[in-house]
Amino acid sequence: MRREIPMIVAFVAGVTIILEFFVPALRDVASQIQKWYLVVIAFAILVGAFNLLRINYMKIRYRRADWPYSFALIAGLFAMAIIGIGWGIKEGTVFDWLFNYLIFPMSSTVFALLAFFVASAAYRAFRARTVDATLLLVAAVVVMLGQVPIGSAWVPAWWPDSLVFLTPDWLKDRIMNIFNTAGQRAILIGASLGVVSTSLRILLGIERSYLGEE
Amino acid sequence: MKFVRWLADIDRRIIFLVIAVAVVIPLLLPLGMRVKVTPQTESIYEEVENLPPGSNVLVAFDYDPAAAPEVHPMALAFLRHCFTKKHKVIIMALWPQGAQMAVSALAEVGKEYDLEYGRDYVNLGYKPGGDIVIKSLGASLGEVFPKDMAGEPTAGLAILAKVRNLKDIDLVMDLSAGDPGIPAWVRVANALYQRKVAGGCTAVSAPQFFPYLQTGQLVGLLGGLKGAAEYESVLAYAGKASRRMDAQSIAHLVIIVFIIFANISYFILRRQREEKREGPRTGPAASP
Amino acid sequence: MKSVPLGVFIIMALAAPAFGQMLQAAEGVTARDTPLDAGSSITLTWQPSPDEAGRKVQVLAYEVWRATRAAGEYERLGEVESGKENYEFTDEEAENGVEYFYKVRARGERMSTDAAPAGPVKATAEWFHPDRLNMLVASVVLAAFVLYFISQARAGKELFIRRIAGLEAVQEAVGRATEMGKPVLYVPGIADIDDIQTIAAVTILGRVATMIAEYDAALLVPCSRSLVMSTAQEVVKEAYLEAGRPDAYRRENVRYLTDDQFGYVAGVDGIMLREKPAANFYLGTFYAESLILAETGHSVGAIQIAGTAMPSQLPFFIAACDYTLIGEELFAASAYLSREPRLLGSLVGQDLGKVIILISIIVGVVTAFLAQFGFELFGRSIALEQLFVVK
Repeated sequence: MRREIPMIVAFVAGVTIILEFFVPALRDVASQIQKWYLVVIAFAILVGAFNLLRINYMKIRYRRADWPYSFALIAGLFAMAIIGIGWGIKEGTVFDWLFNYLIFPMSSTVFALLAFFVASAAYRAFRARTVDATLLLVAAVVVMLGQVPIGSAWVPAWWPDSLVFLTPDWLKDRIMNIFNTAGQRAILIGASLGVVSTSLRILLGIERSYLGEE
Repeated sequence: MKFVRWLADIDRRIIFLVIAVAVVIPLLLPLGMRVKVTPQTESIYEEVENLPPGSNVLVAFDYDPAAAPEVHPMALAFLRHCFTKKHKVIIMALWPQGAQMAVSALAEVGKEYDLEYGRDYVNLGYKPGGDIVIKSLGASLGEVFPKDMAGEPTAGLAILAKVRNLKDIDLVMDLSAGDPGIPAWVRVANALYQRKVAGGCTAVSAPQFFPYLQTGQLVGLLGGLKGAAEYESVLAYAGKASRRMDAQSIAHLVIIVFIIFANISYFILRRQREEKREGPRTGPAASP
Repeated sequence: MKSVPLGVFIIMALAAPAFGQMLQAAEGVTARDTPLDAGSSITLTWQPSPDEAGRKVQVLAYEVWRATRAAGEYERLGEVESGKENYEFTDEEAENGVEYFYKVRARGERMSTDAAPAGPVKATAEWFHPDRLNMLVASVVLAAFVLYFISQARAGKELFIRRIAGLEAVQEAVGRATEMGKPVLYVPGIADIDDIQTIAAVTILGRVATMIAEYDAALLVPCSRSLVMSTAQEVVKEAYLEAGRPDAYRRENVRYLTDDQFGYVAGVDGIMLREKPAANFYLGTFYAESLILAETGHSVGAIQIAGTAMPSQLPFFIAACDYTLIGEELFAASAYLSREPRLLGSLVGQDLGKVIILISIIVGVVTAFLAQFGFELFGRSIALEQLFVVK
């Protein structure tokens, strides 16, 4: 039964939601299922929090390597929760302050690493080893130039319209709108088909790996 | 030759250092270069501009502080435009930290206008569930958000009296840094409920939404800092994004220079290897 | 006596401005069942009162009233502000099957005028959305292909599957980790379990975990969603059981970090720097974090295998990883690794679906192209694009 019940739930809920797209009369049933989903998903946050607490508590208890980090994590978790629940999260509260002056800069810093990693990855990857790699290299340089004002800053005002195709701006638009979009679309179509067939397998209980079954 | 070999296999920390310098200097000493406005930005501007005053605009804050340097300036510019045109702004978030991002955006923009909470705008807060949340909005906004972000009931709010569900929304603007984000809004709000959806995202994800632009499923797209700078430019003010674009310009140039160096060193080393393999082409023939 | 009516007329004409002129009613009021819905909804439409254009008397708003009899007691449902060319109001609280009458009342500053009642009208639920027939046909056809080939594969028919370079490397990567005595890091993306890429990632995790259990290497799976974590725990446990090594399974190695995108990245990067894994797998949905993960992984010298159907992240993975599964290869991967008939069959079904989409695209482009030059078929413009419109 441990397997059957989730499979029946998946089938009934999935088929109803799909059918509702074609059968408007099923709207109310479908919206009930969706409400249930929203309730269940809210509890999922607790599952994560408990796991986090358990693992880090064990680490502290048995003084495993780097246990002070676990302590910092648990302290942070409780501090944010208590401050948020106790004093609110509106503008001007302590929670808001912590958010703006701790979480905000820390998260931005991690994202900002991307700028550095893009540079180091580009340095390694963009070498004209083969024809393919050369095409990639040229396209990358043109798009990088076309994307920023400085790329077209050298184009003088008297530049003839007939030669516009030599400007990075023009080339970038073509590369992005034609070649890039065509490729994106092909991947999108392929991936969508994958979505359809995986969904079908799950609904019919052919695919059960999400239940932890091979 | 030693130098070339060093260059070919440069310590990445040197690259990091040069990039840091290239970004910091223009931030301190702006060049004030103007960005060219692309059609996908222009069309969002036109859309907001052409809605009759008092239209209902839903803004989804689906990003967190990490993406804020790119996406937050879009939020500021877009909110300014909506409030200038006297549109009613309904804010919600599919990301846990999105609602808080909206709080800081409203704190910055709100004071420039004579706005009343609940009449001119509302912050409904965060709701987990992605696609399903949007789908449920199609049935009823009040049922999905019985309370706003501050925990006050939404039932009595004047702004929601006229907005019962997604069908009463004239324009959806999704500011997103990932999942759930633009694809979810396109799939549900546009495909299922025929709402006009516009998007704003990080520069990294922008290319993947180009197909939606061509099919008209997205009315417009702000891509990264450049998109934000463009929106600031059509609204005729120089905000954070416009100032940061200079840094991006220089950083791009520096990366291009690095790529050129990498290729020069690569070709020099390759030729050297080939010469070694083939032996010297000139020089005296071996004699007994 | 002739002067009396004339006198009355004069008095009336003089008095008229004081009382305000008659407000004219809204025009063309219609009420009909809202089409293609689940019922309990009736849509009213009307045009503005002629006074709105004339501006003689100001119309402030139009009120909508409802009753169950034409001459019955009307209740007010709501109102629409004036100033539009066409008006629409949807009554979302109608009971299915009940006959209703609606009155639209133009409200001015001092007076209101009702238009003649519209109705009777009943709300009904529709059982089919005809505009979506094309989608239904496409879904049924695709589902039929997939199911047909699954049954073929189960019946023992040999199905060909192209070699995927990235997957050949999985064994090599796991073997390397075993030799070096270092763990394997498996990152299942940052999307939740309702994302198909995550499901594919978890399915592949099952195969990889079996291999790891057999080789007796360590496996680390940091998750950014709690539901992904519980699913991954089940899958890995099952895999260790299958490999006959249930004792080697460590539940705490499949753990939740945080939902926060870059908090998660910081966490995973930390694990990489501390544990120095010999092989990193990045499979599933990725956003801007892809390159941060892959570059950090590269710097600790791990073999890296990535796979995603997020087109914008593919370039980063291709630049920084040793092998990358592109788009559908991610979905194909679980079939490839397991050689399971159900997975192989659905893969072939999918490919056939793709062939049909390709043909439709070509036919669509050709007919649209010909239609530009005025070619016609059966007296109609031959652009078939209408067939593909989804409503």
